[in-house]
Amino acid sequence: MKAVVAWAVNGALAVVSLLALLPLLWMVSASFMPAGAASTYPPPWWPAEPTLVHYRHLLGEGGIGRAFVNSLGIACVATAVSTLLNAAAGHAFAKLRFPGRDRVFAFMLAALVIPGQVAMLPLFLMLKGMGLVNSWAGVLVPSLAGIFGIFLVRQVARSIPDELLEAARIDGASELRIFVLVMLPLLRPVLATLAVLAFLGSWNDFMWPLIVLTDGDLHTLPVALASMTREHVQDIEMMMAGAVITVLPVLLLFLALQRHYLQGLLMGSVKG
Amino acid sequence: MKARTRQALAGWCLAAPALVVIALFFFVPVIGGLALSLTDFDIYALADLRNLRFAGLDNYARLLSQPLFWSAMGNTAYFVGVGVPLSVGLSLAAAVLLESRLTRFKPLWRTALFAPMVTTVVAVAVVWRYLVHVKYGLFNEMLGWVGVDPVDWLGDPRWSMPTVIAFAAWKNLGGNMIILIAALQAIPQDLHEAARIDGASAWARFRHVTLPGLAPTLMLVTILTTAGYFQLFAEPYVMTQGGPLQSTVSVLYLMYEEGFRWWNLGAASAVAFLLFIVILAVTRVLSWAAARWQPGAVT
Repeated sequence: MKAVVAWAVNGALAVVSLLALLPLLWMVSASFMPAGAASTYPPPWWPAEPTLVHYRHLLGEGGIGRAFVNSLGIACVATAVSTLLNAAAGHAFAKLRFPGRDRVFAFMLAALVIPGQVAMLPLFLMLKGMGLVNSWAGVLVPSLAGIFGIFLVRQVARSIPDELLEAARIDGASELRIFVLVMLPLLRPVLATLAVLAFLGSWNDFMWPLIVLTDGDLHTLPVALASMTREHVQDIEMMMAGAVITVLPVLLLFLALQRHYLQGLLMGSVKG
Repeated sequence: MKARTRQALAGWCLAAPALVVIALFFFVPVIGGLALSLTDFDIYALADLRNLRFAGLDNYARLLSQPLFWSAMGNTAYFVGVGVPLSVGLSLAAAVLLESRLTRFKPLWRTALFAPMVTTVVAVAVVWRYLVHVKYGLFNEMLGWVGVDPVDWLGDPRWSMPTVIAFAAWKNLGGNMIILIAALQAIPQDLHEAARIDGASAWARFRHVTLPGLAPTLMLVTILTTAGYFQLFAEPYVMTQGGPLQSTVSVLYLMYEEGFRWWNLGAASAVAFLLFIVILAVTRVLSWAAARWQPGAVT
């Protein structure tokens, strides 16, 4: 009886996992099919004659290489800057006494319920006034720091004993030195989590880059892909190659840093 | 005394860069958005600010009497109302299966089920568009094996929203699953043991040990998912462009069209604020219900 249940449980998991992976597996498979092969009946599961032609086209004149560089650049800058700024602010809110600290923090926590889209239209107008529409800077500004990131760092920083900082203060270290030399190394795990979340968030972001980047040369991968679907609906195989180029980097990043990402998710669920 | 001022100064200096970014690029626009929603800001105002007029609550009044706004609200409510229970239910089922004592190769299944979560919405929405194609899609092919006739998933207004919901449930399965797994692991094993010794069936143990232990997390996950699902945008943008027959126009899709296609930024801001009010109200009601259902469970 127990063996039967065990088979049922593991069998169910195997089927569900396969179903979850099916769209991704098919995406890869179709991306290697020659043009037109995916729109035949019955639909093929495997490429009969695998080809790299779509990848070569997209990365060449197709312009996806350009979008890849844009996405990568924007995600790297957003990750580096937001991790540093959130770390500094999180440390300050957790470990340094300054007037107004608790009120400012409570105010920001309350603002977490405001969806980002409420700010998008006026932000667009502001950036237009500053001449930042259609620039990397315009895409980047809203993701350079975040309330949630500050909250995460603060949570972890609070658990670090004050004595460590006091000892450094008695030794005459400046607050900046204490932050850089004492706190940052201790915060490394949460910063790794934060960095992974920031990178994935920036890479996968769609609505804001869609609004700000009107020029095709500056498009990030999701925006480039979305505009491709409107022109190349029929080119299934090429679209799949584009999807692979977009998804593969984040999937690999996730597989490599799985622990940090899952950790971030769990910490995030505590915020409610 | 001097050390205290030094610390206060350092505190403000370290917090300042992040606070300036958040104030300038979030708080100021939010307030600006509220102001914008009270004006008739349109393409003429975009060209010349002198064309801008204060409109009071006109934008809100016009929206509330506009059928398209209500159908966008209705579509979004459909997506949330069906999508959230389905998503949370599937995540719960996956988490319980994964945490079963009989399960082997846990990391393998967990990674497979989680993978869609990290993918780019736009890219996998494109993939789904072809998977559910009426003629060449693998979905209809597989349904054909069990004798189901082909369905035009994204072309039939009755099926378009269910397809978008299925996509969202697939895409978001992993996130809530991970959170629920952590909550399952936090339920003391003795409780399960005691119930087992008392001869409780698997279902009775799930019903009386697992579910009460999970209740707070389940509510939390439901609230977070609800707030997220109200912000439906990329899926209809890529999969259906709001169609067919506007059956997948969501509130944010309407905001995007209104704002960045027709440049009615005042009206679009009003859409954004109405959505915000709805999200706030619904999540408040859910937390209130949760608090009554399980005293002190959720903040």
